[in-house]
This record gives sequence, structure tokens and C-alpha cells, in this order.
Amino acid sequence: MSIKHKNLLGIEPLEKVEIEQILDGAKIFKELCAGNNKKFPALRGKLILNLFMENSTRTRSSFEIAEKRLGADILNFSASASSLTKGESFYDTIKTLESMEPQIVVMRHSSPGSAKFLADNIDASVANAGDGPHEHPTQALLDAFTIREKMGTLTGLKIVIAGDIAHSRVTRSNIFLLTKMGNDVVLSGPATLIPREIEGLNVRVETDFDKAIEDADVVMMLRIQKERQKESFFPSLEEFNMLYGLSRERLKRLKENSIVMHPGPINRGVEINSEVADGKRSVILRQVSNGISIRMAVLYLLAGGKINELTH
Amino acid sequence: MNLLIKNGHVINPDSGMDKVLDILIVDGRIEKIDVNIDESTADKTIDAGNMIVAPGFVDAHAHLREPGNERAETIESGCKSAMNGGFTTVTAMPNTNPCMDNAAIVSLVREKAHRAGYAKVCPVGAVSKGRAGQELAAIGEMVHEGIVAVSDDGSPVATAELMKKALEYCQLFGIPVMEHAEEPTLTRGAVINEGFMSTKLGLKGMPTVAEDIIVSRDIILNRYVKGWLHISHLSSEYSLDMVRRAKGRGEHVTTEVTPHHLFFNDKALENFDTNFVMKPPIRIEADRLSMIEGIKDGTIDCIATDHAPHPHEYKNCEIDICAFGIIGFETAIPAILSMLYHQHDVPLKRIVECMSTNPAKIIGIKDDRLRVGAKADMTIFSTDREIVIDPEKFKSRSRNTPFRGLKLKGAPEYAIRGTRVVKCEVGNDV
Repeated sequence: MSIKHKNLLGIEPLEKVEIEQILDGAKIFKELCAGNNKKFPALRGKLILNLFMENSTRTRSSFEIAEKRLGADILNFSASASSLTKGESFYDTIKTLESMEPQIVVMRHSSPGSAKFLADNIDASVANAGDGPHEHPTQALLDAFTIREKMGTLTGLKIVIAGDIAHSRVTRSNIFLLTKMGNDVVLSGPATLIPREIEGLNVRVETDFDKAIEDADVVMMLRIQKERQKESFFPSLEEFNMLYGLSRERLKRLKENSIVMHPGPINRGVEINSEVADGKRSVILRQVSNGISIRMAVLYLLAGGKINELTH
Repeated sequence: MNLLIKNGHVINPDSGMDKVLDILIVDGRIEKIDVNIDESTADKTIDAGNMIVAPGFVDAHAHLREPGNERAETIESGCKSAMNGGFTTVTAMPNTNPCMDNAAIVSLVREKAHRAGYAKVCPVGAVSKGRAGQELAAIGEMVHEGIVAVSDDGSPVATAELMKKALEYCQLFGIPVMEHAEEPTLTRGAVINEGFMSTKLGLKGMPTVAEDIIVSRDIILNRYVKGWLHISHLSSEYSLDMVRRAKGRGEHVTTEVTPHHLFFNDKALENFDTNFVMKPPIRIEADRLSMIEGIKDGTIDCIATDHAPHPHEYKNCEIDICAFGIIGFETAIPAILSMLYHQHDVPLKRIVECMSTNPAKIIGIKDDRLRVGAKADMTIFSTDREIVIDPEKFKSRSRNTPFRGLKLKGAPEYAIRGTRVVKCEVGNDV
């Protein structure tokens, strides 16, 4: 098995079977790395460039570990997003990077569509590590991997995604993935943070969080950026917690074997309370460790690797 | 110089002329219009068989960028571009740098246009000093130097108070106040139309209500002061309906739509192409179809390009920081003929009204221009010639067009103004 795509720009262009291939690949990598030897140098001699135009600690670290385990040469390139009049243009940055001849560029940028812009202007394969609030495919893949691992299935589940739906880079990729796999996806949050016509992506919207989580199998809480309060999307963090915070009381409304997820970093007492984040339903830390396996699988496939050639 | 235009189908809504005729132009003036003029009288003959001859097309909304942004366009390149696209008269919007809010800049723009000697340029002055939305600009002095309207285009007239005053003050001069209808608190940081596409792409959206609120405010004010309101680049169905009702009540409201709002819907943004980013944004299909209806039922007076040149690097960048706007002179005729004439059966006479005689009247050109004795001013185009748009043939300094590579049916052939005769070239024959 291999994938036909040169780039991983998002989940939207992927077919269901391709998503499954990546998840299966990640499972093999997870098993391979379970022992003492965590090196699988399939990408030895290949240059992977981590282009982060926006701060990211966890995604970047996760990619770096994946790259190191695959034996790739790594170059970290940080730059800040430019304006039309200040700084080097993104196009010029891309052309500079292209002359360094990387095989794969992992990119994080604040602008939607920037991963496509990068891919259109460079020979290398592009792995999108978040293009603004548009897509963050490896996050959705690691979330799906974690759900499948914990729930034993990735279909027919009621999955609630709650909080800042509008600005989250995690939302759209997760919606594309989870609906493709046949789940009932319910979005919840204040109407000010739910973008118009999102029902067109085959999801339901329930602004009453208590109703939304009724019988949920999975509840995925999104990070609330504190500056959103200053923009008046909601009156206060306390009120947000009252209406949308995942508390012990709310946890009781979920199904018995349900799980609680969060892409991190979490705001304790805002979107999630400590007793839930640290409780036994929480798979938040497992998401982080699974992220490495997913990114190994994605990089391996983008480099032309075939999953069935991986040996146990 | 005697120029004979042979066998053209002359459509002139002003005189009602609608038949195949010959036109003889002597030293830049129309000498004769007749069924069969002897070719021996001509030094040069244009065979306009299978072509339409109309009074010169007029663009009531264009940005020529000079002074201040000559890398994008100059008055000379803009005027050449206009004629290459089939326009003989264009406006020049005042959001230049420095801003066209005083008589000196108006006179500079007209002087440069005169020296270039291509399309006629009719400047539009700013409503407010520096387009800052505070005090009225020197409107009377600018009228004296030849402005044909006022607008704070690029921004709306900032306050209801200022708009009321502008509508009142301009009555003395009989010129319209042209409004860029955009309530700015609803569009901050926004890139495309707000709706399913903006949601899917993760881009901040400009809602139609941002347009509707200003159109509504202005119609209310205009009804009260009995002025002349012209809504620029209309794009929302609800706004169109407000204009329709205002006209029905007999109020003096005119409006325009761009070729791109007639041609595209926001599905075009799927690939984050910055050449589909402009203000107002291209809207959903229902809005687009309503604009075509507005052309048919007469609610929309004219088609204006909103020609907005930008240097390459202002579009070859991330979508949420790119410059708003696209060039329009050299794609308007193919786009309009393809979409309105061929796809939606809009009669040619209606198209000529919308692109020539109606905008002419809005910018103060009252006379019939296609008559014996008048200075030659005409546009000749083909309805059935199929071309693939090729921006490398454009005369504009900029190339920011979403029509690149599109196969369109209909093409400008010649633009004639006085002794200037331009053979139009905007694409390659299929």
C-alpha cells in the first residue's frame, strides 16, 4: 500500500481507504517503536524541513521526533508571517527553501490556503501542520487513531466537538475525517463561535452543550484562546466554563465507555475542568503519544514508502 | 484620413438605430452613416461584417492608480488597456496617493489622459478630504476641473451625516454620489463572502448584510434629501431589491454590477486563488443570478468593471493578506457576451445600454455619440468569435485576472475615439 498524493494538505482530498491506510501504517509504527529500538531509518539521507511561521511547541516536537525515528536529516526553519509591505514575502521564503532541496516540508502558517500555496511553488512534498483555521490533517488523523484504538471502531459513533469551532484549526480536519468514516458529528459552542452554514459539512449544530453531549461516545473539547473574550465572542471565561466547560457533572451525561479528548494545550477551568482532564475517561496524553506514530506514517508515505513493506 | 466601417450591425439605443450600415469617419468625425458608402472614398476600410458597431463603451468604475501606484498602472497604460478592451471612456476613481480630493490632482489626471491620447478619462473626486470621512472635499472646485461624480471608493462614505451632506451638496452640480457599500465593522479582516465557502476554507467572511446596511442607509437618506445616489458594484440580492423598490418609488437611485459578479460565484475560491479576492466579494449563486435578473428587468443601469490593477506580488501571496480587486477592462466584453448574451439571452441592445449609453448618462455624457457630425466614439465587437483569454496580450501593467485561460465567446474588435483607432487583442482564437 502507498498513497497517490504528493502532499498532505488536508483531510478533505483523502478518500476513506487512504485514511485507513495511514491509520494502519501508524499502528505498525506504534508497534515497531514499542520496544527499546525506536529507530526505523526509512528516510535516511532525506532532508525534512520544518517550516513554522507560527508558534507551535507540540506539533513541531511531535514531527521532529517522528523525523528522527525515521532517520531523516532535519532542518528547522522559523519565520514570522509577513505582511505585504514588511518582511520577506512567503513566496521568497519558499523559493529560498526550495534551493535547499528538501524532500518534505512540514509547514505551519497562520493563513488558510498557505499549505497549498507552498505546494504550488515548491518541488518538495508538503505536510500541512496547520494552515490557519483551515486544516490540520495530522491532528485529525491522530484523533481518529486514538478513537479507533480506544473505542474499537471509527464508525457509527456520536462525536461532539465543542468550544471555539470558528477559529480552531482542528475542527475542519476532524469534521472531514469523522464524517467520511460515517460518524454522527455534533458541534457545540456559543453561536458567536460557530461559523455560518457549517451544517453543509454534514454535521449537526447544538448550541446547548448539555443537550449536545447526551449519549455521546466521544467529546472533543477545543482550546479557547483567551483573547477571544476581548473580541466579545462571549462575556467571560467563567461564563464560558458555566455554559460549555466539561465538568464532572456533565461527564455523567456521556455514555459509559465514552472518552474525552483535547488537542491541547488545555485551559483548566475554561473548556475543561481538572477532574475531567486528569480523570480516567481522558485520553489527552495518549493523543500526544499517538501523534508521533501518525506523523511517522504520514512522512513515510509521502516519501514514497509502502506500508506492506514495513516488517514487524 | 478617411476611415470607412463597412457592413457593421449598428446598434445605437440613443437613436433606436439597429441595422447593418456603413459609417464614414473623416479626420476623427462621423461624416456619413448610410446603407452603402462607396469604398473609394476611404483611405482605410474596416470590414465589420458579422460585427456589432455601438457607441463607445463607457466604464463608470475604474482605478487608474496614478498618481501613487504607477507600478500597477499609469493613466497612459490604463487608457491603452481600456481601449484594447473596447472602452473609449473610463472613470478614474479617487483612491490614488495622494488622494484625488482637490482640483490640482483632477487637472493632473485629465492632462495626463489627454497627453496619452487613448480613452477619455472622467475623474471621480473624493467625497471627503483625504477620503477620511470627516469633512467634504473641494467638490465644487473639482467639478470645475471636470469631475463627473464623487465617491470615497475603497471605503464607504463614513457616516450618515456626511452622506446626507454629500447628497445635498451634489444636487447643485447634478452629479451622483457613488457609494462603495460596506459596513466596515462587519468586514474587518474578512477575505471572501461569508457563507458555506468561508466556513469550509477557514477564511473570515464578509456578509451580504455589510453591503445591505449601507445601501439601506443611503437609500433612506437619498429619499429624504432627494439627491442622486449611485450604488457602485452591487453584489447582494437583498441590496438589489432595495434599489428596485427605490426606483419603483421614483427616487433617483442608479446602480452598476461588475462582469465578475455576473460571471462567478464563490465556489471559485475552492483553490484559494487570490484573483478571486475583491470587494465586494463574489457571492453565492443566488446573488449572481439575481444580478442577471437585475440587468434584464432594468434595475441595474450599467455594467462597470471596477478595474483594479495590482503588482504581481500583491496577489502572489497568502490569501488573507492579498490586495483586493482584479483588472477588468480587457475581459469585460468577452465575459459579458458569454454570460449575458449567449447563456442568458440578454438582447444586444440591452448590453449596449448597460455598457455604453447608460453609464455615459450617469457620468454626464448626454449627447447621442453615434450620429453624423459627432466626434468618432465607437466600439466594434464580435458576438461569435471564440477566444481564450491571454493576459500577455493585455495593455494593462497588471495581470491580476481570474479570466486567464478561460474560453469565452465574444470579443472586442476595435475601439475608435477621434483619430485613434485601436485593434483590440485580448486572447487567442480557438
